[in-house]
Amino acid sequence: MRKVIGFLLIASFAFFIVSLVARDLWIDDPAQVRTIGQAAIGQTIPQSGAANTVTAIVVQFRGLDTLGEVTVLFLSAIGVALLSGEFAGRGLNELFADDGGFILHYGTRLVLPLIALVGAYIVAHGHLSPGGGFPGGVLIATAVFAVLMTNVQQRLSTRLMAVIEGLAGLAFVGLGTLGLLGDKFSFLANVLPKGELGFLFSAGIIPLIYAAVGTKVAAELSTLVTSLTGSDKDAGPASVSAGGKGGAR
Amino acid sequence: MISVSAVLYTTSIILVLLGLYGALTRKNLIRTVISLDVIDLGVNIFLITIGYIKDGRAPIYVIGSGSLSVQAARMADPLPQALVLTAIVIGFGVTAVALTLIMRLYEKRKTVEVSETRGLKW
Repeated sequence: MRKVIGFLLIASFAFFIVSLVARDLWIDDPAQVRTIGQAAIGQTIPQSGAANTVTAIVVQFRGLDTLGEVTVLFLSAIGVALLSGEFAGRGLNELFADDGGFILHYGTRLVLPLIALVGAYIVAHGHLSPGGGFPGGVLIATAVFAVLMTNVQQRLSTRLMAVIEGLAGLAFVGLGTLGLLGDKFSFLANVLPKGELGFLFSAGIIPLIYAAVGTKVAAELSTLVTSLTGSDKDAGPASVSAGGKGGAR
Repeated sequence: MISVSAVLYTTSIILVLLGLYGALTRKNLIRTVISLDVIDLGVNIFLITIGYIKDGRAPIYVIGSGSLSVQAARMADPLPQALVLTAIVIGFGVTAVALTLIMRLYEKRKTVEVSETRGLKW
């Protein structure tokens, strides 16, 4: 019965979507962008100096939105840490009790520096090539996860992570405040010198903001992984939190 | 001649419908979260396809590969791509919190089945 109701709902929803999509969108392949994206492409070089148009939109034209996005990720990390606090020392902990076997253990040691290096490269070149603070930060967090997976004794301090994350967030807001001092008097305006198109030191505040975003994302995801795998250094032993005295810390 | 965007629109709509069906009919909460992620993927493909142009290039200027205005004329729409970048991050955060909630539920009730949990049945 539930499947029939579900199928009917799906069918009506399918009819709704298909009739909603404009007819010329289906068959026509436009030779040029017809939306406001055209203006964004045209304004990228004069206003931001970045070679990557998507980065210019994400960090400059829509920078306030990105600040909100980073806040959502921060809230999600806090929520996971809060919800998983009760099963600190239990939960997924047994899954990470061994070193993951010979191949994983030594393979990780071999690949780990490369993962971190590629992550840093992607963060630094966000304004020139595909990538940026979000994917690069995720890569760096992957390196942290690999360490936690293969090293039994390894513990991370979530408190240190929180400090790094807070500093990165402050850097984002501080760089945005620089815009208030410039001649445009607007938050997140690009007031620093734009440099030459296509070079690493160009595009004003965009690479700096993306570095802050990358640090923040890496710290947030590391906190998330740390609290989910129960390898938090600052959390009390399992018996304490199981006894309902978790608030002692 | 079937256009590329028609194929991509169809794929994205099918993914959204599959995910919706899974979210409605599965009783295992982890499968429900996977279904929500499939919906997320479908929506992301849909948004990216809106910015598709025929023979378009990635919206990144390349030095030493033709004049900048010629490059700009062939670029795909960067706006949906920037939006999807945001959507992926938000989707990740939602999935992480949802899975943690399921872990909490398992700690309390020792099950991840909706039908065995009072208050979540339908």
